Amino acid sequence: MAPEQIRQVVLDILAKIAPDEDLSDLDDTVAFREQMELDSMDFLDIVMELRKLYRIQIPEEDYTNLVTMQSTVDYLTPLLKDA
Amino acid sequence: MTSSDRDDNRIVITGVGLTSPIGDNLADLRANLLAGKSGVSRFETRYMPPVLAGVCHFDTLKYQKRKEVRRGTRAGSVAIYCANEAVIDSGLDWENIDRSRVGVYLGITEHGNVETENEIYEISQFGNDTSVWSHHHNPRTVANSPAGEVTLSLGITGPHLTVGAACAAGNAGFIQGVQMLRLGEVDQAIAGGVSESIHTFGIFASFKSQNALAEHEDPAKACRPFDTGRTGIVVAEGGGICTLERLPDALARGAKIYGEIVGYAMNSDATDFVLPDRGRQAECIRLALKRAGMTPDDIDLVSSHATATEQGDIEESTAIHEVFKDSRKVVVNNTKSFIGHAMGAAGAIELLGNLPAFDDGIAHATINLDSPDPRIPLTCIVANQPRHLGSVSCILNNSFGMLGINSTVIVRKYEG
Repeated sequence: MAPEQIRQVVLDILAKIAPDEDLSDLDDTVAFREQMELDSMDFLDIVMELRKLYRIQIPEEDYTNLVTMQSTVDYLTPLLKDA
Repeated sequence: MTSSDRDDNRIVITGVGLTSPIGDNLADLRANLLAGKSGVSRFETRYMPPVLAGVCHFDTLKYQKRKEVRRGTRAGSVAIYCANEAVIDSGLDWENIDRSRVGVYLGITEHGNVETENEIYEISQFGNDTSVWSHHHNPRTVANSPAGEVTLSLGITGPHLTVGAACAAGNAGFIQGVQMLRLGEVDQAIAGGVSESIHTFGIFASFKSQNALAEHEDPAKACRPFDTGRTGIVVAEGGGICTLERLPDALARGAKIYGEIVGYAMNSDATDFVLPDRGRQAECIRLALKRAGMTPDDIDLVSSHATATEQGDIEESTAIHEVFKDSRKVVVNNTKSFIGHAMGAAGAIELLGNLPAFDDGIAHATINLDSPDPRIPLTCIVANQPRHLGSVSCILNNSFGMLGINSTVIVRKYEG
């Protein structure tokens, strides 16, 4: 899966778990939590959705890679290269 | 004890919020009860052919964001809707009252079955891999969840709890609110009952296995308390919540007073898991009357619990007859015949829907009573058409449940 496709996957997940947010002007370089109401339970939803969609297990020590859209896509690109 | 102290023990209903299959506010519910409109429809559930159910259609987004709806539970959404409606209706100056002195007391028949069933279904789509079991499961299924969601919605920092009381829960929520106000634990109680039970197949399947699930080709005719054509229970969802205050507080702020809760009682059959007991039910009614300082002659209207099961109808009607057989004015009606059995919300919706009788003097009907069961000893059931009583001063509301839990609440019209 190409980075641009992965970005759309993450965007779709965010739209699902934060349905009240306007994601059209999301800045890929700024932390999600600085741009939208996203708490720790929501964050776990991102991990859970990725697990359900692609059967990938993201260890807790890697959660820091999921801070911004850019860092998330960078982290997921090798994991989803065959997806 | 001064008269002021005594008045502090007088608890009144000052705001009403509800959702039911035939109305999302008291005016609409009342209008449809008087019009004889059924709220029963076909409803899709997992693993079973479509069942009959009472389904609510309130706007969940009126008081919640979509994210809150997603994170919470259906019972929470029902409770939030009803509690917000009740608070608005009460006219309480919500932004300025001390919300650490507000308590939330909600009756529930059960909680967590819906959420657990959803998760079991979800992991079944992943080969029963428990790593996809939601982290939301625990906060959704803790037993206080619906009441806790209300505190989150309304910024209430006083106590909250649910009262697990099977199908006596609606009354039990009111009773808990009354008790906490009388104890001085809170200054306002948000009390009543809620149910999300139609969203689990298990409740339908269990009643079906018990041969107690109603079926009828015409959903509107499915719920038939006291009728020989009864086939069992129609499960419904809903909520009925009111604001309760001490009488002096309500008077001081010029609140609208729907009625005063003057008596209540709860007891236990101690005889069977599911079968009711007329003797203990009659004792419960009598105890509520005694606490209210009333006799059966003081009651104008009995809002019955009857669920349209054979033994349940016979036991309750026999209990009512035993207590009220010498009453010259009492009549009996039944709300489930319209909306089905709203479980934890049943007693609350049924009482609240009858409160307008204080103003209009009308007892709404028991619909679908075409062929009264001759084993029902009551001759005072309001059948099929509402009845003008002239004036209504006292309503007695029964709610009974599994494991032999009985509850009765008596509300008197407030006349100053």
